Amino acid sequence: MKIIKIDKKTWADGLERLKNQYRVYGPVKEDQGFHTYQPLQDGQQPDLNCLNTRLSPKAIVHPQSHPMFEYSLDEKQADHHIMKPVEAGEISRAVVGVRPCDAKAFQLVKLNFDTPEYKDPYWLNAYAATTFVGLACNDPCSTCFCTTSGCGPFHEEELDILLIDMGEEYAANILTEKGAHLAGAAGWNAVEEEMGMDGRLADQKQAAEAKIRSFVKTDRLREVETTALYEAPFWEEIAFSCINCGTCTYACPTCWCFDIQDETHGQSGKRMRNWDSCMYPLFTLHGSGHNPRSTKIHRVRQRFMHKLKYFVDKYDAGIQCVGCGRCVRLCPVNIDIRKVCGLMNSYDTSACVCPTP
Amino acid sequence: MQNPYLPYPVRIDDILIETEDKNLKTFKFVFLNPEDEERFSYTSGQFAELSVTGKGEIPIGIASSPTEKGFIMFTVNKVGLVSSYLHAMKPGDLMGVRGPLGNCFPWDGMEGKHIVIIGGGFAFTTLRSSIVLMLDPANRGRFKDIHVIYGARSPGMLLYKEEIQAWEKRDDIHVHITVDATDDPDWKYNTGFVPTITEQKAPPGNADTYAIVCGPPIMIKFTQPVLDNLGYDSDHIIMSLENRMKCGIGMCGRCNIGKAFVCKDGPVFTLAQLNQMPKEY
Repeated sequence: MKIIKIDKKTWADGLERLKNQYRVYGPVKEDQGFHTYQPLQDGQQPDLNCLNTRLSPKAIVHPQSHPMFEYSLDEKQADHHIMKPVEAGEISRAVVGVRPCDAKAFQLVKLNFDTPEYKDPYWLNAYAATTFVGLACNDPCSTCFCTTSGCGPFHEEELDILLIDMGEEYAANILTEKGAHLAGAAGWNAVEEEMGMDGRLADQKQAAEAKIRSFVKTDRLREVETTALYEAPFWEEIAFSCINCGTCTYACPTCWCFDIQDETHGQSGKRMRNWDSCMYPLFTLHGSGHNPRSTKIHRVRQRFMHKLKYFVDKYDAGIQCVGCGRCVRLCPVNIDIRKVCGLMNSYDTSACVCPTP
Repeated sequence: MQNPYLPYPVRIDDILIETEDKNLKTFKFVFLNPEDEERFSYTSGQFAELSVTGKGEIPIGIASSPTEKGFIMFTVNKVGLVSSYLHAMKPGDLMGVRGPLGNCFPWDGMEGKHIVIIGGGFAFTTLRSSIVLMLDPANRGRFKDIHVIYGARSPGMLLYKEEIQAWEKRDDIHVHITVDATDDPDWKYNTGFVPTITEQKAPPGNADTYAIVCGPPIMIKFTQPVLDNLGYDSDHIIMSLENRMKCGIGMCGRCNIGKAFVCKDGPVFTLAQLNQMPKEY
């Protein structure tokens, strides 16, 4: 569409105007020293110096805990024991300062919740009500590997606006109608000088991409046979140090698994959905006591096979990873998806020959 | 947008204790809103989520046949929180049913073929649905010979006893009932494990014969080589799997085997398909 300039001096005022029409989320520094996405109060500014929040912004669309239905167990009520939808009344929301990798993750997660057979109304309604105002990464982290995972520091997919920090001002690349509407609501329209995504911006993009020093290779993942990869000898070593804490799954912008639980208080209650994690034995435990993923090797393998093989085969949309590096930084035992991806991508069954007697 | 998580409200119409240990009960449900029965249009082999309000949901195979109108039927083993609570419920109580979910047995591909049904224990539910479906006068002509091999631990653990005894007397279906062991001197059917009876009674495999196998893992493990010996190709052996489920529509992420979800891409798979998948079931 078009690129406009926003003087940083007028930025805060625009954001305040935005809050009249949107619930505005942005990275906020917590007392403990890390950043999370929070709804911004009047006068509160997002901390746009934050490169990577502790948790991804996925919870804005897929909350950690969310009511699906409500019910009454009181037989005096006419509709007792009947599930009734909890009308969410989706509020327009804007996520300001979302990084391109976290935005791209919504595109991957959408493949799970928006299928030809079934549509998940909770995720899709929240997603439709959200406008993503991205911020390009001029100085990516050392653990970022976005450029080889289908993304990049200036990547535009799923964003409605891409902001580029140019020192005294932001260049705002308006990418969608939703973005144009938001820019209008903030008063960021046409008052600034128009420019193109070339020259200085292109240089800045190239410079940012050159700063990415961490890579994954994914070119062979499709051709390696699922069962061979599943039986590969390296899983035991990868899983050895894992403590199944689930940190990787909670921090990951592309992990979507959830549980459904009824929470009753007295005579009424709600059917809730809550984040779940493939790292936990309960995730797959049968009522009989049998568990198809009974050991941590099973569970660690499931996580990586899902992201780097099953997803790749199922959707032909690359890996289920955007290279944000959160799991690499936060894993308490230093399990590194980049290394695992390398092992899987280079796995050669023909090289594994048993010595003949 | 239709909410695929919203159960249809149902009333428990009838409850029948199936087995001598009282751990298996058959529940007949009637839809509170008659139009929901039309929406719940299913075929044998599919399952549904039974929603016990305040407790949660459990995925259970549909035991009634689409040829039976006015109700739907499920046989539930008492295992965990939801099924235990359900076992304590009474006719008239209200709850929910969500579905139908998953794929049915491949009825179109099996038309004009011999069908061999092999079941063990309480995995006989969708098989009961299948037999009732095939024996319906409108459908019986669509299939050639029908064999049923069904075993349980003891006579008192067989499901749907009266129906099975009635099928046993018919001449358009070959029923071979067996129990692992019994001290009942009047037991007039087979004694022995399902794989052994399969070896003795099942017709040889060929391009015109399909076997549908449902049972506990140990039964499946030992029945498979028997079917191999009888000449059944792996794409003519049809199985139905179970895994822990929540959503039932391929979204919550737990029931996958490789890239396939048991809930949405299954629960029915051929052995040929399973041979290409990790053994996570």
